[in-house]
Amino acid sequence: MADPITLTINGRALQVPAGTLVIEAAKKHGIEIPAFCYYEGFTLQAACRMCLVEVEKMGKLQPACTLPAAEGMVVLTESPKVVDARKGMLEFLLTNHPLDCPVCDKGGECELQDMVFRYGAGESRFVEIKHHENEKQWSPAVYYDPARCILCYRCVRVCDEGLGVGALGLTYRGVHAEITPSHGDHLECDECGWCIDVCPVGALTSGTYRYKSRPWEMNYAGTICTHCSNGCKTTLSVRNGEVIRANNRDRSGINGEFLCVKGRFGFDFVHSDERLQTPLLRKDGKLEPVSWSEALAAVAAKFGEVKARGGKFGVIGSTRTTNEENYFLQKFARQGLGTANIDHHRSGDVVMLLDALKGKTDALAMVGDLYTTRAALVIGADLSQQHPLLAVQLRADYRHHQSSTFVVTPGEVREDQYAARSVRAKAGEELAAVETLREDLAKHESLVILFSDAIKGDAVRKLVAFGDSLGTAVKYVCLQDYSNSRGAMDMGLLPDLGPGYHAAPATGLNMDQMLAAKDLDVLWVVGANPLEDTALASEGAFVVVQDLFLTETAGRADVVLPAASAYEKTGTVTNVCGEVQRLKQGPKVMGVKSDLEIMGLLAKELGLSLGIWTPDKVFEEIRKTVHGYNVALPVIATGGAAQTTPVNGGVPVTVRPELIRSAGDTLFTSGTLGRYSKMLQGVMEAPGELYKR
Amino acid sequence: MLLNKPHPLEVKVLTRRYEYPQKDAIGVDEYVAKEGYEALKKALDMTPDAIIDEVKKSSLRGRGGAGFPTGLKWSFVDRKSPKPKYIVVNADEGEPGTCKDRVILEHEGHRLIEGCLIAGRAIGSNRGWIYIRGEYRTQIEAMDRALAEAYARGYLGDNVMGSGWAFHLSTHTGAGSYECGEESALLESLEGKRGNPRLKPPFPATSGAFQCPTIVNNVETYSAVPDIILKGGEWYAALGTPKNGGTRLVCLSGHLVTPGVYEVPLGMPLMTIINELGGGVWKGRKLKAVIPGGSSSPVLRPEECDIPADYDSLAKAGSMLGSGATMVLDETTDMVKLMARIMKFYAHESCGWCIPCREGTAWLAKILARLDEGAGTKKDIDMVDELAQGMFGRTFCALGDAAAMPAMSFVKKFRGEFEAKIANAKVYMPAPQTQPLVVL
Repeated sequence: MADPITLTINGRALQVPAGTLVIEAAKKHGIEIPAFCYYEGFTLQAACRMCLVEVEKMGKLQPACTLPAAEGMVVLTESPKVVDARKGMLEFLLTNHPLDCPVCDKGGECELQDMVFRYGAGESRFVEIKHHENEKQWSPAVYYDPARCILCYRCVRVCDEGLGVGALGLTYRGVHAEITPSHGDHLECDECGWCIDVCPVGALTSGTYRYKSRPWEMNYAGTICTHCSNGCKTTLSVRNGEVIRANNRDRSGINGEFLCVKGRFGFDFVHSDERLQTPLLRKDGKLEPVSWSEALAAVAAKFGEVKARGGKFGVIGSTRTTNEENYFLQKFARQGLGTANIDHHRSGDVVMLLDALKGKTDALAMVGDLYTTRAALVIGADLSQQHPLLAVQLRADYRHHQSSTFVVTPGEVREDQYAARSVRAKAGEELAAVETLREDLAKHESLVILFSDAIKGDAVRKLVAFGDSLGTAVKYVCLQDYSNSRGAMDMGLLPDLGPGYHAAPATGLNMDQMLAAKDLDVLWVVGANPLEDTALASEGAFVVVQDLFLTETAGRADVVLPAASAYEKTGTVTNVCGEVQRLKQGPKVMGVKSDLEIMGLLAKELGLSLGIWTPDKVFEEIRKTVHGYNVALPVIATGGAAQTTPVNGGVPVTVRPELIRSAGDTLFTSGTLGRYSKMLQGVMEAPGELYKR
Repeated sequence: MLLNKPHPLEVKVLTRRYEYPQKDAIGVDEYVAKEGYEALKKALDMTPDAIIDEVKKSSLRGRGGAGFPTGLKWSFVDRKSPKPKYIVVNADEGEPGTCKDRVILEHEGHRLIEGCLIAGRAIGSNRGWIYIRGEYRTQIEAMDRALAEAYARGYLGDNVMGSGWAFHLSTHTGAGSYECGEESALLESLEGKRGNPRLKPPFPATSGAFQCPTIVNNVETYSAVPDIILKGGEWYAALGTPKNGGTRLVCLSGHLVTPGVYEVPLGMPLMTIINELGGGVWKGRKLKAVIPGGSSSPVLRPEECDIPADYDSLAKAGSMLGSGATMVLDETTDMVKLMARIMKFYAHESCGWCIPCREGTAWLAKILARLDEGAGTKKDIDMVDELAQGMFGRTFCALGDAAAMPAMSFVKKFRGEFEAKIANAKVYMPAPQTQPLVVL
């Protein structure tokens, strides 16, 4: 930190590091200097002239957003001259503004409204004809109303600097100037809607939300996005039980205000017409709607019968259900059904990484570390497509801290734009390519290595050995696919490992073996679609599926139980970096039950005593029994993320690299959920392609 | 070719090779025959510091409008920087009333090339651009011919006059924006971006074209340099008044008998320029007002015009020398209509970057058009002044000031005319509600 200097703002002597901008210095000490174009973390514009302040010995008013604080500087932020200038700017801004606040989406949460309310004149002297341009649709997700736009260039900057997409720019001059997408009349971009979020007025509006509600008519639920493994916090705006918007304007959580297209727009699967809302039972070869009690009774009867005769169960868990549900599922399987055949879709070799890191502390990176590390190495992943938050973090680290990013991928990725070095490596040749970066990597005092399923099995050990040999502080992120892929591993949805990676009492069949077993009596699938492209070998198996939709697997089921999505329940999930966060229920969907409740009711039906099945009670049990999950409850209760360190000793590992298979989702696909999101399907970029930049 | 008849009161330095009537541009042979590239030869034997010192001694001030001391500007460049240094010529002559750079570009491109070479030598540059407004098609072609000649003769290229020093120079065409005459917007445009002004600091001397140290000067400024080097800074300074060295081109336009571009020493009385060089107000009419330095400079009433025309005296009189475009207006001039037209220009040219300029110029243009139509009220007259004051000193770049200054001065000095417009209006219109009077 630079040496502190003292400046005086409104008569108060304040100490700040030299070089701090006056607007920041004031903010740190609770003095508000209003601004539209100033946006923390992005380049300075000095365009809105709202932050003009009076500085002693300087003739003209100075923009506080570009003025570095200097020793002895005397600043006035509320002098008559400043107040007059501010009032003048707002009057100028409103001259061509349509003042359609009563119907504007932003009404009630508009920065322009707030500023005029606080600093503006009560009436305008403007009596001329306003300059007007009609609204434009840029994509299914983004609409632009030039008349409302105040040209603060926030959208231009988040798109260009924040994401490296640069889809927005400025066209025309003077009062005709407006924001224009780089493709002229439409957007071809990440469709993330960050531009909509940062817009201080109602110029950029969201395809899912526009003209649907007033901000004060909604309930807000801060929960975790259910799509990829990054675990972004998203605040759902719920009106009459329906989600109509997702954003994170309070910048809480690990992602601040960032969300990708899935987080911001991909919530509409919740209210899809194809959502299952009643249990289905196969009668005469056809799935017929039945009551919950009938369906549960049918499942319990079958489970009881097969268990009694010592039949063969297969249990497949989910990468999107909560930790509580996963924990309860494995407990149900192991203790309740007495089977060791339990698995889930694995997309990253966390098991091997944890074993390779035995004895090390502080070797697992958190999302926040990606913003502070001096260097990062990305292996075998198109980060901006598959892990958008991690990509945004690395880019911000480069932008703000001049960090170095190294990329080893099979094709072009967006990180190439700023990467210190990019190496193209075919599958299987990644480690050799990483070796060529040895000297460059060793120069940096801290390094985070992010690797995908390209590195699995013994390759993980070799990678960690490589990291050890660099002589710098190395942290790792094992990239995985979905919102609770990590939690499924941690909770022991593995045939050989129980919760916390302890050896299971018995080793059962893995997923491939279950599907291939001809003598399977029962297949119980909770929130997964293993039969999407594989047939179940055991033709006579009784299949029970808990899911949101009638997937390929559900279509083969004998009983389908409609489950609640992550947005409709409480519980915890663990993201790709091992950070536990809490889900909060937002919308409600008629007829569905959370997987935990379904399992609890089944246990009751079967007369099993597996403990109380409420999320809080199960999480209590997890905290006591699963290594590293004894996290501070206030942290997650207040919407924070708590890091877990699942093990610190070795893991009794069985090397099965062929089971680690990433689904290779792009920005616009998200497993089965993505199929039922009209927004994800509807943008022209869908389904997207990896390694095409 | 446009070249007016020379006047005996002119002091010919920049234009000393010009002949009247001039048929063709001064080619390289004629230029060299008349001491051309002699200054470059001399500069190649001088140290960079010596060149800059000579320019400092000359009291040469930027001829683009701001009047910043040229030698001082050059000395800000960090010559030890490992980055390349660049020379940029601002030939985006856009200030209404200004037509001096085109004379140089058209008649004597070699003088500009030689000035750029000397400047390049002074800051250790190997590359320069002449940014010419797109409307100057003829001038771009003339300049390209001069550049080709200079390359052919070895004055430009990898080995300038056998010195081993490389210097390359080319023209770059602007795309039609007044704002691109602002040096940082010009650099943005040169880099292929939208011509918006940049945040300052850093100034171009630190971070200019392509983030490298750059000096940006007007055509006339560079063109003055060869004679300064050849005959010495002190000789040049002595031509003008203290701190206002040398001669400058004055663009006389408006209601005059002999308008045109004349070269005068700095400090020549303004009335002498108007009455002698310009031949006085035409048609025997009386003088009503003078805009002394381009449309953005505050207007002067006849009684304010008995001053020397140099940077400091005009500043003292509350106006500015600006680009040297002196517009003379006779007693029949409709000052309200003129102001409305000037503001329409600025509203059209505002780049839109900052709020006060973008909205303020458009608003003012509408009010002024309304006043001109006789559809205003007395309140509107006050509002013109208040809005202009609300813009003045608060915009991102100087364009806002350029629009505000004439508005304030017109209302202050010719308020009676504004009031008469309202009083003489045939129809009183409280405010236009149906038809836009100005479609910008």
